[in-house]
Amino acid sequence: MNAAWVAVLVVGAATMAIKSAGPVLAGGRELPQGSARVVDLLAPALLAALVATNAFASDEALVLDERGAGLAVAGIAILLKAPLLAVIVVAAVTAALLRAI
Amino acid sequence: MTRGYSGGLRAISPLLPAVVAFGVSFGVLAQAAGIGAAASIVMSLTTFAGSAQFAIASVLGAGGTTVAAIGAAVLLNARYGPMALAAAGVFRGGKLRRLFESQLLVDESWALAQRDGQFDRRIMIGAGLGLYAGWNAGTAIGVMAGDSLADPATLGLDAAFPALFLALLVPLLRDRTVVAATLLGAGIALALTPITPAGIPVIAATAACLVGLRRPAAAQAPSFEPSPPARAAHPGEGRCPEEARA
Repeated sequence: MNAAWVAVLVVGAATMAIKSAGPVLAGGRELPQGSARVVDLLAPALLAALVATNAFASDEALVLDERGAGLAVAGIAILLKAPLLAVIVVAAVTAALLRAI
Repeated sequence: MTRGYSGGLRAISPLLPAVVAFGVSFGVLAQAAGIGAAASIVMSLTTFAGSAQFAIASVLGAGGTTVAAIGAAVLLNARYGPMALAAAGVFRGGKLRRLFESQLLVDESWALAQRDGQFDRRIMIGAGLGLYAGWNAGTAIGVMAGDSLADPATLGLDAAFPALFLALLVPLLRDRTVVAATLLGAGIALALTPITPAGIPVIAATAACLVGLRRPAAAQAPSFEPSPPARAAHPGEGRCPEEARA
């Protein structure tokens, strides 16, 4: 078996286990008191980290590139209450235009 | 917004062109990295996580070891542990069903399923199925088409993902505690990016929910929709998963 297949099998199994651990072991059960507030704070913290890494991380470096510009324009669109599709499109178009220049 | 499975599918549809395009670029990159056609397609079907799969392709393509590729991918996917745990309460049915349904949890489906502070399982599943179809169709196209296709970055599609996450984050910013957790989460992720392997910054950012310990629930600003009784102030409020389980 070559390296690629080993990686496919090990990572596939590990990912399935990571994703299902919580739902399989604790699914359908009421989470302990305070879980609503936990979700409240876990969700924004993780979303903020996803915004930050998707916009400003390149491998293991911080960069300010066209994605950051796209994010700024998306932020303005969000403040103007634009629909989700419009927010995504203006971000992509901004980045594409800046790269084309 | 529409609820239910079709609501999830509708919610994810704006992002599908970008997901397919990245599936295509993964297929192309995996071929360039020497991962066979079948292995590439099976990886998309079973791992179903873009960043981890790109990490595997880039490590193996650069001549890295199998262990390094696996380590990078597992680190990147470790964030799904806390994300799935936060959503665990809404999964229904037998263990096998919960195992399969939880596989549809990825960043985008998890983020879209956040509705009014609750996790909507059907939105997650509908969005997850759309993402699964798009990602795997894209991979298959990329594997077959080779590098004759445009790089999605040229089209700016990589900028679509942070924009999506920001659009989903902003409506959650209802009170100061949430804003504090958001700023701290982003700060931790940015601070750790240059000094830790990819994957660690996002996991470490979950520690930002500790700010909930500082402020009692009574400090919460009034929100626009009435809180259900279950979310009224009680001693367990504002805890992180580790404390809540203890």
